[in-house]
Amino acid sequence: MTTIAIHNGHVIDPALGQDGIADVVIVDGRIARVGPGEGDAVIDAERIDATGLVVSPGFVDLHTHLREPGFEGKETIRTGTEAGARGGYTTVCAMPNTMPALDSRAAIESVLREAEASARIRVLPIGAITVGRQGKELTPQGELQAAGVVALSDDGDAVADPSLMRHALEYSTRFNLPIAQHCEDPSLVRDGHMHEGWVATRLGLRGRPASAEETMVARDIALAELVGAHLHICHVSTAGSVALIAAARERGARVTAEVTPHHLTLTHEEVAFADDYVHIRYNTNAKVNPPLREEADLEALANALRDGVIDAIATDHAPHGVNDKAIEFDLAAPGLTMLETAFGLSMRLVHEGRLSLPTLIERLTIGPVRTWRLDEIPGLQGLGTLAPGALGDVAILDPDAEWTVEPEAFASKGKNTPLGGKTLRGRVVATIANGQIVHETERMVAL
Amino acid sequence: MTSTASAPLTAQGRRPGRSWEHQHVLDLDDFSVGEIETVLNLADRMREVLDRRIARVPALRGYTVVNLFYEPSTRTRASFELAGKVLGADVISVTANTSSVVKGESLIDTVRTLRAMRADAIVMRHSIAGAPYLAATNTDASIINAGDGAHAHPTQALLDLYTIKSRLGSIAGKRVVMVGDISHSRVARSDMWGLTAMGAEVVLCGPPTLLPRGLRAQDRPAHAESALPNVTIETDIDRAIEGADVVMALRLQSERQQRGLLPSLHEYAQLYQVTAQRLAKAKPDHVLMHPGPKNEGIEIAGAVAAGQHSIIEEQVTNGVAIRMALLYLLSGRTDLPGDGGSVTSEARA
Repeated sequence: MTTIAIHNGHVIDPALGQDGIADVVIVDGRIARVGPGEGDAVIDAERIDATGLVVSPGFVDLHTHLREPGFEGKETIRTGTEAGARGGYTTVCAMPNTMPALDSRAAIESVLREAEASARIRVLPIGAITVGRQGKELTPQGELQAAGVVALSDDGDAVADPSLMRHALEYSTRFNLPIAQHCEDPSLVRDGHMHEGWVATRLGLRGRPASAEETMVARDIALAELVGAHLHICHVSTAGSVALIAAARERGARVTAEVTPHHLTLTHEEVAFADDYVHIRYNTNAKVNPPLREEADLEALANALRDGVIDAIATDHAPHGVNDKAIEFDLAAPGLTMLETAFGLSMRLVHEGRLSLPTLIERLTIGPVRTWRLDEIPGLQGLGTLAPGALGDVAILDPDAEWTVEPEAFASKGKNTPLGGKTLRGRVVATIANGQIVHETERMVAL
Repeated sequence: MTSTASAPLTAQGRRPGRSWEHQHVLDLDDFSVGEIETVLNLADRMREVLDRRIARVPALRGYTVVNLFYEPSTRTRASFELAGKVLGADVISVTANTSSVVKGESLIDTVRTLRAMRADAIVMRHSIAGAPYLAATNTDASIINAGDGAHAHPTQALLDLYTIKSRLGSIAGKRVVMVGDISHSRVARSDMWGLTAMGAEVVLCGPPTLLPRGLRAQDRPAHAESALPNVTIETDIDRAIEGADVVMALRLQSERQQRGLLPSLHEYAQLYQVTAQRLAKAKPDHVLMHPGPKNEGIEIAGAVAAGQHSIIEEQVTNGVAIRMALLYLLSGRTDLPGDGGSVTSEARA
């Protein structure tokens, strides 16, 4: 019997409405007790002093690219989940744009087997919407669900054909599986490599307009309402999309949404400018789809996250090798590595007074769980909470600790971040997954 | 010869302490007025060398220039080759292919390989915007941008400035109208930096589908006002040309019509062709320019391209002089024959 007692931390559990000093006791991989002094009552425990720190349920990421199988040079299930552990994550949902794509029972089972063998934290696979992610034929949703997928997505690409998307949504209602769409109309973003606007004009790059996302968000909401399906909008990036989603939810449509830490905090200026507007650069580490947008978009996204129009923060952790990024801008792979910086970067909103810490934690924990009903999956009851009996998943956080991002020190194989050398305020001190300490820093004090 | 290997490499590499500090020529956005004037003044002297019966001086003997062209080009490549040869440099041209990336030969590898062969300057033409910046951050050779995607063509802009100045006496206060495919034009982008720096009024004219977004000051936040030059946008060519000192027609590629940006070349010519009738609204002593290669009958009427206001051929000759001046400045040499001392300091004085 193993017991971990976390003493005297500021426990924030949005699902239970807990927000105060308490101890958290984990016994045999599950939350046993939460309350003041509860830790003193147990004997033979591994003890952690969380005085001055925040104790939260472990984070849940709806959008992680683990790259395995097929792109192990970029990331593996081992390194990706290690990165997750360092970022406070205890559950990650793995996107199916692997090689082969996760479009069959066999592919899902192989990922789950590898996760069982090497993952540091829980991996929940996402299946492809279409065979080979080719946008032509539907995958066997029933077979994929039986194999263990928690949602379906062709992320990286949109399901462009409106009729096929309608049928994917319609068919999914039989299984109550969320259909997670990467909303960018391929025709409108053709040859574009960053947000269409004044920065793209300065750099002479072709743009991906905000409307490329918004037209597809509008289309897919209409299709989801037609057939009564659960549509999930991945990485919302524009103010226009926020307005469409808010209106759809007002009407009672089954539409959920996520936003990334980088779309919340970084603008398209990140691509071109470092210190001034005289000198430019072509920062491929800030190249991502959908692209980083403008100030007004960031503000709308933060407000939507605060108000619950956006349900969850998701990382879209997209590791790439050096050779995928140290090339011409148009040829560079889109995406950035995010698991290890997600908390620190998102904390900017809290430090700027635009989001409360409990709301941020909600959007990192129970928010994503409810979005995809992950706690209804057998074995995952209580996921995203510190309720007695729930999985022993805990993140211990120092919201005020400043640290400098050193990509070379990442656990992730992907060093592709625009945050290298920057200072973030807010750090994950330790992570406990399934009752095991999977990450600890020197700040963690054992008693 | 020169090596600054110990200094950290950045795209904006500068070599402090020299009279000419730029290590690279990537665009005119980071050129001061004084630096532009230095180039233009030196080009005057290079033009004099070029016009000699035997146009050959040994100023760049032992200096190696590699033309690295990832995109076909006749005039720019020939212009650089001639500029180097007139000054006695060793010049070779390499035609590369972006598909070599697939074979594992990255741009960075290629540039480093050329440097290892002791290339002093690499003149680079590439179809992707920003490629010369990638090169510049990975070598201590001088990178000269000979056109990168739709981004920049600084040597063309400098030759345009030089040609305008030599024909009209000055650039400040002149109304310069560029007509055509602004969106895809690296010439327009570099020209607008150089022209506005030198005090010209810049008017960009084209159909709405060929005008890039964000050029109007209201399209960008106040804190970024200086991030793009201050220009005027006009979709009506007759209004644009009114009172112009300089009219520059830009090449229209027929591909634009195929991609749905234009209904037809015929309609384009109807609405945007620079014709004698339209030029009648310009100033009487206006000049007509074109960066070439031109499509007569599409963006420019044949009669005006060959007419008395046209200075298109002079642009081409001046292009050699400008590239001579840039190669010489980047070389760091100060011993141009017939010169009593430092060319650059004299040119600045």
